[in-house]
Amino acid sequence: MATKLLGERIKRKEDPRLIQGRGHYVDDFRLDGMVHMVFVRSAHAHARIKSVKTDAARAMPGVVEVLTGADLQGKLGLVPCAVAMEGLKIPEHPCLALGEVRYVGEPVAAVIAAEPYAARDAADKLEVDYEPLAAVVDPEKALDKGAPRVHEKFPDNLAFLAKLEAGDWKAIEADAGLKAIKARFVNQRLAPASMETRGVVASYSPGEDTLTVWSSTQIPHLLKTNLAVMTGTDEARCRVIAPEVGGAFGSKLNVYGEEGVACFASKKLGRPVKWIEGRRENLQATIHGRDQINELEVYARPDGLIVGLRCRVIADLGAYHQLLTPAIPTLTALMIVGSYKIPNVFVETKGVFTNKMATDAYRGAGRPEATYIIERAMDLVARELKMDPVDVRMKNFPESKEFPLALATGVTYDTANYQKTLKKVLKLGGYGKLRREQERLRKKGKYIGLGLSTYVEICAMGPSSRMPAGGWEYGTVRVERTGKATVLSGTSPHGQGEQTSFAQIVAEGLGIPYDDVTVYHGDTAVVPLGIGTFGSRTTAVGGTAIHLATERLKKKMARIAAHKLGVKPGELVFEDETIRTPDGSKSMAFAEVVNEAYNATSLPPGIEPGLAEQSVFEPPNYTFPFGAHLAVVEVDAETGEVRLRNYYAVDDCGRVLNPMLVDGQIHGGLAQGIGQALWEEHVYDENGQLITGTFMDYAVPKAPHFSWFETASTETRTPVNPLGVKGVGEAGTIASTPAIVNAVMDALAPFGVRHLDMPLKPEKIWRAIEKGRARAA
Amino acid sequence: MITEPFGYHAPKSLSEAVRLVAQFGADGKVLAGGHSLIPLMKLRLASPKHLVDIGGISDLSYIREDGDEIQIGATTTHFRIESSDLLKTKCPLLPETAGEIGDAQVRNKGTMGGSLAHSDPAGDWPAAILALDAEIQAVSARGERWIPAREFFVDLLATALKGDEILTAIRLPALPSRAGDAYLKLHHPASGFAVVGAAARLVLGENGSIERAALGITGIGPKAYRAAAVESALAGKSPTTKRLEEASAHAADGVDANSDLYASAEYRSHLARVYTRRAIEKALERAQERTDGR
Repeated sequence: MATKLLGERIKRKEDPRLIQGRGHYVDDFRLDGMVHMVFVRSAHAHARIKSVKTDAARAMPGVVEVLTGADLQGKLGLVPCAVAMEGLKIPEHPCLALGEVRYVGEPVAAVIAAEPYAARDAADKLEVDYEPLAAVVDPEKALDKGAPRVHEKFPDNLAFLAKLEAGDWKAIEADAGLKAIKARFVNQRLAPASMETRGVVASYSPGEDTLTVWSSTQIPHLLKTNLAVMTGTDEARCRVIAPEVGGAFGSKLNVYGEEGVACFASKKLGRPVKWIEGRRENLQATIHGRDQINELEVYARPDGLIVGLRCRVIADLGAYHQLLTPAIPTLTALMIVGSYKIPNVFVETKGVFTNKMATDAYRGAGRPEATYIIERAMDLVARELKMDPVDVRMKNFPESKEFPLALATGVTYDTANYQKTLKKVLKLGGYGKLRREQERLRKKGKYIGLGLSTYVEICAMGPSSRMPAGGWEYGTVRVERTGKATVLSGTSPHGQGEQTSFAQIVAEGLGIPYDDVTVYHGDTAVVPLGIGTFGSRTTAVGGTAIHLATERLKKKMARIAAHKLGVKPGELVFEDETIRTPDGSKSMAFAEVVNEAYNATSLPPGIEPGLAEQSVFEPPNYTFPFGAHLAVVEVDAETGEVRLRNYYAVDDCGRVLNPMLVDGQIHGGLAQGIGQALWEEHVYDENGQLITGTFMDYAVPKAPHFSWFETASTETRTPVNPLGVKGVGEAGTIASTPAIVNAVMDALAPFGVRHLDMPLKPEKIWRAIEKGRARAA
Repeated sequence: MITEPFGYHAPKSLSEAVRLVAQFGADGKVLAGGHSLIPLMKLRLASPKHLVDIGGISDLSYIREDGDEIQIGATTTHFRIESSDLLKTKCPLLPETAGEIGDAQVRNKGTMGGSLAHSDPAGDWPAAILALDAEIQAVSARGERWIPAREFFVDLLATALKGDEILTAIRLPALPSRAGDAYLKLHHPASGFAVVGAAARLVLGENGSIERAALGITGIGPKAYRAAAVESALAGKSPTTKRLEEASAHAADGVDANSDLYASAEYRSHLARVYTRRAIEKALERAQERTDGR
């Protein structure tokens, strides 16, 4: 009997080396003659650069080069933005500031020295003379007439205005029987804060005329194309390697100016140049996430049926566009109805320039904002109509038989059974019992709250027609002469564990041991094509390419075996390292077929020697995983502290290839989503100074902050890909934030508190309770 | 995150360390566990020209009982204190406080003496040390002296240590009979430091009334302090719920409370009152348990 691999808790291939500290990250690469680069960054949110004096820095021991914006002008391309959008304003974004700085942390100069210490000391000697200019920090104020301009040529600070409108709004407005529920939410700015900061080693070989770049990136192939264009290098002479990447969460789905400068410097010096980002730089100048203001109106019938949703979104884009900056808030509009069939939708999104670091993709990227809006709205509707939040949700769910379901937002959800996941989580948490406990405790002056989130997300990005640079993915499966299998993927996993799940797909497909399969990714010289890892796409799109390549290889091997065995290729099965007829009457060892393929002495006509097949999978649609989460919190009414008592998560990410990997994704996602609800906020003061610039102030969630997570799943496969998998990388982050906020607001209901913005810090809650008590008195 | 250049010295004996510290004067800084000083150096907020690492002086790391007293060496790690069976019996406030410091990594590396010498206004040790009326040993080429905790914390990040002195030990009385301690803290979610930390010691009289109360509070003002008004409101009184409540209301009297992104001065003062009351209640409960138990 063959070993079953798909669906099993197979231990990660990645873990032994990572747990023992034997993996290799960018900083572990030390090349002969390598020099080290540090950046001098703007201390001003907005200022004119009057002069940059480099002499003193150049005179410091060990310094080999100092570069300023002027040195790069016309020689190194701009930081790219891949988004095409009607009317989008794209400011020029030089890799080193030219003339003006527009956010704190903007790179102004690069100092390169023989040692990192020497470079850092020399950086302090660089003299930049600034003339401070008025900064605009608040995106609403940025839209006011007469507000300071982030870019002189864009007078209203408006980067884009996007509208999504569907349904009959005249009828909604004329319907006196509808209840209008209004709210304003602030979805605060966050720092992705991956454990490994950014880093790059650029190595130009003048003799070979090749540029090799090691970068902590999620998109080695796209980075290769962009760096080639920026530096004027023949792309065929460019190679990008993403070695171990210590977390990214979307922040490395980008092309950064620092990467461009490293390549430029290496070409100029003819030596390898290394830049490793510090934590402070990481918090300042690696993209930020979220940062939206949402003005919401929901129209509901007295029975809880929601017929209309209108939302005005103000998205703070920061000073410049990074790779996908303007696209992120448009995902909010796309997913704003969540798992509910709301026929009338109006979303107006304003993308606004401010004197802050660019926002871009951070785990969830626009969808956590959508989920927060709709899931908070469901609870506000429930409270307004005096209904249980469960009933309002059930009332608005589509039935599972209605799928595929085209929504007013223009997307078509693939498959779902929302009722099933909700019922399952209610049972898992003992919802009815919890409600009774809540009643009892309230009488004793103790306050627990229950919060639901019945989310849906958009994953497996995506069909190329909807993506800025293609949404397909590449895979190769090769069986070596010794029978070992080599897998190449164009994705670039950085912690998710696809070296494991891809090996499961191939080993089970070919009927060979799991240990005989090795997966490579993240090297453009090894993997011919690729897009990368983001948007919960790696298994659904990249895994499918691997699966299809495996099927092609099997077809070829079956033809070789069938030729030998005198049977039809279609009837052969691959199991236990043999290829045989279903009844086992005729069989060949896997190794024997491999020999036939490579020795090529008696191949059937039309079969080429060797065993390597590739596939490029173009997904016909996104996938739409969903689930139901239930948070139970306890609020200390005397201090406002929130304690997370229980967390129940039922997730449906389609077919599960390895439940352990799914658990890992859910747990990590929950930590980040709960982090946003309770602790995390990236704060600039009114002058544009970042005041949460270290981990002393920016509260990254840590293990002791959490209680045990109870997880469970349902499995609703997608027809979008032959594996039936949907994606799970962002689910926890997307679902948990509103679950927590709903729970805290539920706990605070006796004090008449309707909404508080995140993070739910104890003082905020304490003040709301005090106010409620004063009102009641 | 790279420091400015500095010289590194690792003396093997206290006398050598004392000599180096005297030699470097204002250019030198003593390094123990490095959990306060090194982050400041990496941010280039502190740039000593010389570090004198006392971590390698083996006889500065110990916990010992000496009659009714406990003495702890300056470079004893938080974790060693947290896990000390001797302290769990003889002075349980110390392991309880140690367990609230930072995270496991910090507790494994950070030291009690280093933390006290740094005197962070939100550090945990100052509250406990004040509540226990500990004394702090300072050694220099001029000799040694013991500084009472109440005189040790001078101002924000400033202690009574002179420039040529090294903090070498902490000594404090063991838990007397009919007494109970408690340390309660609200952790800052980012730094792990105390938004408020209240350390209470209560000694009960034979009749169950409060003979003596000592309250050390950290996280509220520029330095940790003894809440004298709370103590005097409790001394000699029977511990009724109302009395504890009223006494605790004075926990932030006369203190210029800090305001930051996480907590305003008003809220911090409120927290000081609530945490003080809760710490006293817990210390009382423990004192009563110990009294009843014998």
